[in-house]
Amino acid sequence: MPERRWWRRLLLQALSAIAALAAVGGIYSLYKVIGRALDDSQRDWWFIGTFLPRSTDRDMPPIRDIISEFNKPLREGGPKLIGLIWDASLFTLREAVAGFVLGVIIGMAIAILLLRSRTLEKGTMPYVIASQTVPLIAITPIIVIWGRKNFGFFPWEWQDWMSVSLIAVYLTFFPVAVNGLRGLQSPDPDSKELMDSYAAGWWQTLWRLRLPASLPYLFPAFKIAALASIIGAIVGEISAAQSDGIGYLILDFASKYSTGPERLYASIIGAAVLGLFAAAVITLVEFGLIVRRRQTART
Amino acid sequence: MSSHPNPEAQPAQEAQPFQEQGAVEIVGASKTFLPGSASQVTAITDINLSIASGSFTTFIGPSGCGKSTLLRLVAGLTEATEGTVTVNGKTANQARKDRDYGMAFQTASLFDWRTVRKNIELPLELLGWSRTLRRERADEMLELVQLPEFASSYPRELSGGMQQRVAIARALAFRPTLLLMDEPFGALDEMTREHMQTELLRMWKETDTTIIFITHSIPEAVFLSTQVCVMSPRPGQITAKVDVNLGNRTEETRNNEDFFDYIVQVREALRS
Repeated sequence: MPERRWWRRLLLQALSAIAALAAVGGIYSLYKVIGRALDDSQRDWWFIGTFLPRSTDRDMPPIRDIISEFNKPLREGGPKLIGLIWDASLFTLREAVAGFVLGVIIGMAIAILLLRSRTLEKGTMPYVIASQTVPLIAITPIIVIWGRKNFGFFPWEWQDWMSVSLIAVYLTFFPVAVNGLRGLQSPDPDSKELMDSYAAGWWQTLWRLRLPASLPYLFPAFKIAALASIIGAIVGEISAAQSDGIGYLILDFASKYSTGPERLYASIIGAAVLGLFAAAVITLVEFGLIVRRRQTART
Repeated sequence: MSSHPNPEAQPAQEAQPFQEQGAVEIVGASKTFLPGSASQVTAITDINLSIASGSFTTFIGPSGCGKSTLLRLVAGLTEATEGTVTVNGKTANQARKDRDYGMAFQTASLFDWRTVRKNIELPLELLGWSRTLRRERADEMLELVQLPEFASSYPRELSGGMQQRVAIARALAFRPTLLLMDEPFGALDEMTREHMQTELLRMWKETDTTIIFITHSIPEAVFLSTQVCVMSPRPGQITAKVDVNLGNRTEETRNNEDFFDYIVQVREALRS
């Protein structure tokens, strides 16, 4: 394969992403067209409404309607739906970012701690894994209730969004800890011996060898963690009844589905775009930090 | 004994410790892994060896004869179970802490996130050198290994032979008196390998370093060394020491009759 410039590769990636989006929209619309034709045939197609959804505008609003819904206010004189979704998404993004940052710090701290001691790794890893098997729905109310009790540890007043961020932390630290540990352990024996031959200390070896070597392992974890932090924030908002975020918006529109199905779809698209944005940011950082350095020639 | 001999401040008999006792002195050294356990392995036993300052010593022997273990004893990366290893008049571990030696491995072990120059600067960073001094020395080392145009390249962009040259530049960056090399040319093709041997001898003369070198190749050992130590396995022992007097090596040396005589001598020592 001829070597492509990195920006051309990025451009091609962007184009293929748009093409994929168009394809999904096309299939959705095609399904509606076929569904309408089947309805028009006046015959009873047993599989419609059993394992294939009905294609009525109530069950599957036309894409055109969903898009135009963005531009309509929720009620007379109010802000447009896209403004509501934008504000809610930003709020959720802030909760998720706070959770992500804290989760990455905790995850890396766990990875470094377990790196120091094999015994600790063997003894503690099962608990780290077990922490992720506890259903999110179960721990969310506990975190919210603990937060509201505000035991007085904190100099500031506990806000519900902090509980939501904590839930994002809970989902974020795990992939970072697991992949981080693998990455920190990844240098080959020669590299470690090289550092020993320089009489480099443990922290020097960590900083100059293990941490840089762990980056290719960490970025896939960051991608998973970024998406998990958003999912955590959305689920957390629903449990905590935190009404400023996109999670609550989705819940609200779901309960009012019959009066405006397009709104639910629009808010779900908003949440999806939020996830895409998070993944894109991580990918860009990864690209700048690793891919360009390691794969392309620089003169 | 001091690592930096100062004739004025020290008694006369200690003024030039290198010449008196050699760069490396190994006396009755043995290494047993997992001693006392069921899976106890004696890697090397009763090694006695004196390596003169400025010499080029090669360890040669079949796989599992403990060559690498012996090198790691000298490097202070592992401790002798019995006997003593002295480097520049100090314990091997102290010599390691004083950064008395540089080391090169079979895998070049360059850090792929660092440029060639930054790789060479790594030991200097650990020594706390300033940025300008580091850069200056790195460029100097790149001249020595004749790769100045690759300073800003990443290791991945270099051939295997070039990577090894960078590894040697890194090992010599802080001008250690001793260079330890564990099969550094083992993964190279024959042509590159012979070229690297010539290059290494040139650097050896330019830098006046003591070199300890591990290899599987008899011609390589003979071509490079002033002293070839032939080792036998289980337990690893030095069975013969061959002093090689080939004078100044050139490509012609490889066709020299003396060269072949030494090869036969080392081969016979390996077989017995």
